[in-house]
Amino acid sequence: MTAAVFFGCTFIAFGPAIALFLFTIAREPLRVIFLIAGAFFWLVSLLLSSLVWFISVQISNKESAAQQKGLLIFGVVLSVLLQETFRFAYYKLLKKANEGLLALSQEETMPISIRQLAYVSGLGFGFMSGAFSVVNILADSAGPGTVGIHGDSQHYFLSSAFMTMAIILLHMFWGVVFFDACEKQRWWAVAAVVISHLLVSCLTFQNPEYVASLVPTYVVLFLMGVWAFYSAGGSLRNLKLCLTCKDKDFLLANHRSR
Amino acid sequence: MANNAEDIENNMDQQQTNTAPEPPQEASVARARSRGGSGAGGGGGGGGDAGGNSSGPEQNGQPPAARPPLVVETEEDEDEEQTLKYGAKHVIMLFVPVTLCMVVVVATIKSVSFYTQKDGQRLIYTPFPEDTDTVAERALNSILNATIMITVIIVMTLVLVLLYKYRCYKVIQGWLFLSSLLLLFFFSYIYLKEVFKTYNVAMDYFTLAIIIWNFGVVGMMCIHWKGPLRLQQAYLIMISALMALVFIKYLPEWTAWLILAVISVYDLLAVLCPKGPLRILVETAQERNEPIFPALIYSSTMVWLVNMADTDGPKRNSTEAASPQQETQQAPIASPTPSSPSQDDGGFTSNWISNQEHQLGPIQSTEETRREIQQMPSARPPPEDDDEERGVKLGLGDFIFYSMLVGKASATASGDWNTTLACFVAILIVSCLFWCHVRVFESPQKPISSQYATPLYVNRLIV
Repeated sequence: MTAAVFFGCTFIAFGPAIALFLFTIAREPLRVIFLIAGAFFWLVSLLLSSLVWFISVQISNKESAAQQKGLLIFGVVLSVLLQETFRFAYYKLLKKANEGLLALSQEETMPISIRQLAYVSGLGFGFMSGAFSVVNILADSAGPGTVGIHGDSQHYFLSSAFMTMAIILLHMFWGVVFFDACEKQRWWAVAAVVISHLLVSCLTFQNPEYVASLVPTYVVLFLMGVWAFYSAGGSLRNLKLCLTCKDKDFLLANHRSR
Repeated sequence: MANNAEDIENNMDQQQTNTAPEPPQEASVARARSRGGSGAGGGGGGGGDAGGNSSGPEQNGQPPAARPPLVVETEEDEDEEQTLKYGAKHVIMLFVPVTLCMVVVVATIKSVSFYTQKDGQRLIYTPFPEDTDTVAERALNSILNATIMITVIIVMTLVLVLLYKYRCYKVIQGWLFLSSLLLLFFFSYIYLKEVFKTYNVAMDYFTLAIIIWNFGVVGMMCIHWKGPLRLQQAYLIMISALMALVFIKYLPEWTAWLILAVISVYDLLAVLCPKGPLRILVETAQERNEPIFPALIYSSTMVWLVNMADTDGPKRNSTEAASPQQETQQAPIASPTPSSPSQDDGGFTSNWISNQEHQLGPIQSTEETRREIQQMPSARPPPEDDDEERGVKLGLGDFIFYSMLVGKASATASGDWNTTLACFVAILIVSCLFWCHVRVFESPQKPISSQYATPLYVNRLIV
């Protein structure tokens, strides 16, 4: 375990997220604030679910391994449900705040649209979730030791990093799809988000068979990404225009000539 | 009463005057708190407060301009949106230094073991030991410690308020000077020593002396006099971090948490109660139109006030120590009439000058020509024609206490980074909420002037 492992895993886990942050969020103070608020909401949901888990572990039979495993599964499911509940609560809060601001300012446009909020809050959730998953592992990876010296998998750090990256991006996609579904009152979409979150979390029970957990996670990531892209108003035409630098709105907004 | 200096500071809204004059902003508005270390030991906090210079009457004693209602509405809407945007921008401007300070403290705690070692030493303010046999004894000791510490802080605050009220500025300045001297030289020497020990770096005393001397002297200059803005900000962050580290080391655990809790309650009381010492301080400062104790406030911008040619050039309002000199300096700003030329004209006798002027035109740059060349708005004394240039201020005490919270959390959490992260996010979010709340409720119409109150009570509830 060397500096190479530490930096490599850090950049794998947080690279895309930090890039997204730097390019799209860092310049707008309002977005930064909503990002941190999103992170805070995720934190509160984790606090609640960990409280419940802690209490249930204390009153359980600590000897029985099966019971502990059962409790773990219960804890994971509860945590996922609470996270999604808090995502919904954050959505409600943001709607109210936005409406309030709109009423106050009597203007047509809000300073930040609900779609941007969806993206930013999803990323906030993702940052916090990823940080909590991987920061302790990263701290350990910088120190002395050999991974898997007792016969465990040697790919622990690397797969944790990849899983974290997937989770962060997934949270962002879930945020976008979730808010959009709430806006349009499509509750099946909300349920789909919750179910995919449950699926990804439960896939981690396959560890240490990392192939079995990582590959499906990345498939889900890709699918959710496509869904989020379409629900955010993207299309193949948009994509083509963007990639060939012919998108007029984008160019106008960024003061570039065609 | 028309306060000239304040009007200049708040003159940004000349083109946005509303039809209704703004109510004068209250002292409860926003204040920057400071805990300048004083004297011995761990620098038991002088609970000095730096009062808020909030906006006074918004017009210069002129009747509000009559405008068609439609225009006013649009301006109000723009104002609203701008309020939100600039509020957010100012909050972010405070996030960055607070984050930096916390990062420095956490990094030090995690790497330099000195600050987490309990070598049995205690501050004189916390004489009761916490390594007792029973929990009850420990609780009792920590309550006693906290009581002593809080009493000390309250007494110091009262002393400070009294000194300020009776205009003993020299004493206050001397006190602040001494305490920053201690921080910049002694504590940073200890810090450097421990860092060298941790990383096993060999260093001779001569080099160390030169480093510490330079660091300290430049620090004193930047904080108490003039210096580049970034350097001053960096120094303020460093001394806040040093202070927080000292507190983390020398305050036993339960005492520390208790003190943090009680301080925030006290803070709230002292600021909001009509007879609270900090409120008196703030109100006195407002009456006298002085910015208080710049050495204890972190400010994100400097206010440049361009004067006429005969006084000494651009002044930095927010970074100069409050002194009687400043009052006299502020007076000429309001009425920029040229005063008499200095005695020493360097050989350019008036004869020669009039000759040149006759041939070439005016050679003395006047206020107007300078303004023209510098492309500043003419006939408008304050250079701040944009909200963005009015920065925000935050008391160093808040830096210290935020960092102390995070540092304590990371010190006691035995290698777990999740606690530190959680604490960090919680502090940011709650402070941000509070700053936004203060801002929104202070000035529904206009962006306010730049000082915030930050009691940490809500923080405690969360953390």
